[in-house]
Amino acid sequence: MNVVVCVKQIPDPADPGALDPETKTLVRSGKLILDESDSYGVEMALQLVDAAGGGEVTLVSMAPNDEQSGLRTALAMGAAKAVLVSDEALRGSDALTTAKVLAAAIGRTGQPDLVLTATESSDGYTGTVPEQIAELLSLPSVTFAKSIAVDGGTASVQRQTEAGYDDVQVPLPAVVSVTAGVVEPRYPSFKGIMAAKSKPLDQVTVADLGMDAGQVGWSGAGQEIVDVSEAEAREAGTIVEDDGEGHQKVVEFLAELKVI
Amino acid sequence: MVEFTEEHEIFRTMVRDLVVEQIDPHADEWEERGEFPAHDLFRRFGELGLLGLEYDPADGGGGADHVFTMILGEEVGRCASMGVAMALAVQTDMATPSLARFGSPELRERYLRPAIAGEMVTSIAVSEPDAGSDVAGISTRAVRDGDEWVINGAKMWITNGAQADWLCLLARTSDEGGYRGMSQIVVPTDAAGFSVSRKLDKLGMRASDTAELSFVDVRVPVANTIGEIGSGFQQQMAQFQNERMIAGYQLVGAVERALERTVQYVRNRRAFGGVLADNQVIQYELADIAAELDMLRHHHWATVAAVRAGQDITRQATVSKLKAARLARRMADAAVQFHGGMGYVEELWPARFFRDSRLWSIGGGADEVMLRTLARSIGVA
Repeated sequence: MNVVVCVKQIPDPADPGALDPETKTLVRSGKLILDESDSYGVEMALQLVDAAGGGEVTLVSMAPNDEQSGLRTALAMGAAKAVLVSDEALRGSDALTTAKVLAAAIGRTGQPDLVLTATESSDGYTGTVPEQIAELLSLPSVTFAKSIAVDGGTASVQRQTEAGYDDVQVPLPAVVSVTAGVVEPRYPSFKGIMAAKSKPLDQVTVADLGMDAGQVGWSGAGQEIVDVSEAEAREAGTIVEDDGEGHQKVVEFLAELKVI
Repeated sequence: MVEFTEEHEIFRTMVRDLVVEQIDPHADEWEERGEFPAHDLFRRFGELGLLGLEYDPADGGGGADHVFTMILGEEVGRCASMGVAMALAVQTDMATPSLARFGSPELRERYLRPAIAGEMVTSIAVSEPDAGSDVAGISTRAVRDGDEWVINGAKMWITNGAQADWLCLLARTSDEGGYRGMSQIVVPTDAAGFSVSRKLDKLGMRASDTAELSFVDVRVPVANTIGEIGSGFQQQMAQFQNERMIAGYQLVGAVERALERTVQYVRNRRAFGGVLADNQVIQYELADIAAELDMLRHHHWATVAAVRAGQDITRQATVSKLKAARLARRMADAAVQFHGGMGYVEELWPARFFRDSRLWSIGGGADEVMLRTLARSIGVA
């Protein structure tokens, strides 16, 4: 069973991020790491391939620079190979362009049985790319998976909902987005890290995918960030001094909120 | 200068995540209990290839560059329990280097491979009630009886001693005095006559079990001797260099983390109409510690280069052990002082750090032993 996982390399959330005042987009000039939300898809893919008794996991990613360390981390976890679309022209790409580029890159990997993604990236949060990829590849799309079991040409997916989960069956190949936190991503072992160095990483440009530079990046973007504003500061809370009747005030406060 | 590759960076991130997720959440409980589950944790580390980074792949090791050992030390050193960090260091760099270097293939297969895999917990048994840093003063004796050693004596302050599956024991195997006539012997702890006399109640490093061990007519095969019979002292001196370097590497991580946390605290703690960090006396002490930490780090990079060049690193290890331990004590004192009352109670981390860091000016050769070695090396003693 061959699984493609779309992964994104993002600025390390541990470092304070910054927005470019001109473009109003995230500054990505520093070191990029594997988006943690993608590590769940990678783990799930590795487990599915193990369960199937054969096949491999291929990573697909795009970046305006040739940053690879996030991909090497996923390769160290056990993915077999990676395709990285790396092109200056990609700078400023919107969600739909991202989906078009990733769909074209998935096409280079052959005929995957399953395409996994995160539900959304931790730096952009549009949450629309998985469904767009499915549409572009004319594949069925299932979102918010908490578990996936494959039997022959069908995947049984537990799809998270607000109330619990739905059991969904989908014919393969399909695009499934995986909810963060549903599996425990493995740590890359020392041997895995060293082996990742020599795993194939196919670095291609937009032109290699048969796309025109004018179709991607700023020039191809159909969406524009027109304004960025500070998130509203949280108002100071109310401090209730407990003079023996504090519990009453808490009850009144909760009643006011209609919580009780 | 050390060039850090992408593999080094991924490795560092992996170990940091592992420490934050698998050690830190349990540190308080293990401290309270006076013991951590060495077999469980070591198996986890073993599966990831962290317990034999530089050892021969033929023995299950990683064949890694020494930079990985430094990174492992620094990142494990950042953990919330220096006791657990020390116990890991015993496994990787105190009890096993001699076996890896000088052990027979059979001995390595039986004891080193499972130690690298984390299936066996190990201890280094050198110190005795009457001989700590003074290694030449040990009196535990192994007397040959046919193909067996018969061991009698006691060992003291043995890290992992209550949980170990085997010990790297230093014992006298002839009547020559001083540093002559000693041998290193692998002693499985299920051997008849071996017992843990008591677990020691310590000032710090409380998550790590420390024991006094007793040997009464313990019989092990002579084939369990590591390297040459009679070369134990020299082999142990070489093994000490690994021990001192890993202590130095861990203390870089420990001081780095303590400095980060103290900076964060003094920037937020309000007093006298401002924050504590407004005071130059605090700024400058922390800045000076940061400068010392930089120099220690650079000393380690020079040491890595020396290891790569196959040079003897006795001098570097001695300097590292001395200066790293003293820097950790200075950092601990600053952390407690700048946290004020909160530095003196167990609710926050500085109190534990203060107790734990004190060990490294004693264990692995006291500061005074390091100074004596250095004094000799400059011709003043």
